[in-house]
Amino acid sequence: MKPFALHRASSPREAATLLTRETGARAIAGGTNLLDLMKLQIETPSLLIDINRIGLNAIEPTASGGLRIGALVRNADLAAHVTVRRDYAVLSRAIVAGASGQIRNKATTAGNLLQRTRCPYFYDRSTPCNKRSPGTGCSAIDGYSRHLAVIGGSEACIATHPSDMAVALRVLDAQVETVDAAGGVRTRALPDFYRLPGQDPQLETNHGGELVTAVNLPPPRRGRHFYRKVRDRASYAFATVSIAGIAGPDGRRLAYGGVAPMPWRDASGEGERTADRIIEATFAEARPTAQKAYKLPLLRGALRGELDA
Amino acid sequence: MTIAENDWSRREVLTSTAGGLAGASLALPGSALAETRQYEALDVRLVVNGTAQAMRIDPRVSLLDLLRERLGLIGTKKGCDHGQCGACTVLVNGRRICSCLTLAVLHEGDEVTTVEGLGSRGALHPLQSAFIANDGFQCGFCTPGQICSAIGMLDEVARGEPSHVSDDLLAPVLSDPEIRERMSGNLCRCGAYPNIVAAIREAAGEMNA
Repeated sequence: MKPFALHRASSPREAATLLTRETGARAIAGGTNLLDLMKLQIETPSLLIDINRIGLNAIEPTASGGLRIGALVRNADLAAHVTVRRDYAVLSRAIVAGASGQIRNKATTAGNLLQRTRCPYFYDRSTPCNKRSPGTGCSAIDGYSRHLAVIGGSEACIATHPSDMAVALRVLDAQVETVDAAGGVRTRALPDFYRLPGQDPQLETNHGGELVTAVNLPPPRRGRHFYRKVRDRASYAFATVSIAGIAGPDGRRLAYGGVAPMPWRDASGEGERTADRIIEATFAEARPTAQKAYKLPLLRGALRGELDA
Repeated sequence: MTIAENDWSRREVLTSTAGGLAGASLALPGSALAETRQYEALDVRLVVNGTAQAMRIDPRVSLLDLLRERLGLIGTKKGCDHGQCGACTVLVNGRRICSCLTLAVLHEGDEVTTVEGLGSRGALHPLQSAFIANDGFQCGFCTPGQICSAIGMLDEVARGEPSHVSDDLLAPVLSDPEIRERMSGNLCRCGAYPNIVAAIREAAGEMNA
């Protein structure tokens, strides 16, 4: 690991100030992804800002009947929170489908949102990767791509966002709250928080030097909540495809993981009558490589399993 | 807000001049300066197996390396060093984590329990006894992590935390499929899994009795 300085922040604004001022600064909370990447020298921060003692670890009801989840709430605590289990079951289900018990005890809400792709070429410093080293090219497009994106990618990058939690947050219309160095607070829905790769896959979010402080959920949506994850082994593996869904009196909402550079939702397909037609409509623009073509029938099968349940 | 701007500048100077290399480094261009930047050792205090420890360490030291290399607690094992195998599992403030995937300096004031802190020769922890009684290992390399993980896991179940295989999110019940799912962060290269599940099942019954 490259040497770095470590500063123990005492407030969110202080952390945001340092993130803005020092180009090589990274905030660290659980560290389960950042330290992994630092050991491989994929991330080489000059300054780590320890944000573990700045609050932001509560789950609280909001005035509008929703829920405010502090950025530093651990994944395990979020999944186990009784309101989340009862009223936002898709979120509990998605979180416990990801990682391992040890990792979920450490990983935070914001860290989960900001984790990096597990594209094998992003992780392999001996190969070109536009996300890791902008302008060097994408090794995945003509390479080992069966885990990667079928939609939303570009000629520069076909990496997927690896989070399960974020797929549930997408279906729940969550808003990400941030604070900047001047104390300005912003909220962004996930499609505005994340960026598609385009020609600049190294830019993954729009929150710049701001610090994520919370994730806000709207009031609960009634209906059957589900998270179906398909993977290469029964546990502790990233999704080949996953579907977060709520089927209720107000209709059906679906979001998809393992298929795109961000948690994917296309409301226009949700009204179709059958699982096959929903997937066909939602993924009409999909351009899978031969290695990834299996993802479309897999999505159809996974969704059939839920909608016929 | 006190950002301690002066303090930060001082740190920059300190970090780039510390050590024998650095006398000349101030004269180097910015990028070279960054290359030669030294870490600033930090103080950390933690309680390990009931004993208070205070150390000044390189911030890069993982909790795992602190336990093994600084404190000589070599029961905790380094397998993959990337959080994938669980051999490094310890309990921090009662919760199981991978000690390889965290920095020791992030654990100021925390209470750490390793396999050495669970029991003694004459009075093993029920999970240690159960692993022996059920042949829950062959080479034993993953065992300290398996045992610490199982202790944390059974606490999670006792607190009602759900898992991926819980039918009812609000009332999970311990079963063999639950044990297997909840222990999936601990790999066993010898494949002792059936006996590990049996050991945990037995110990869970005894600990509840």
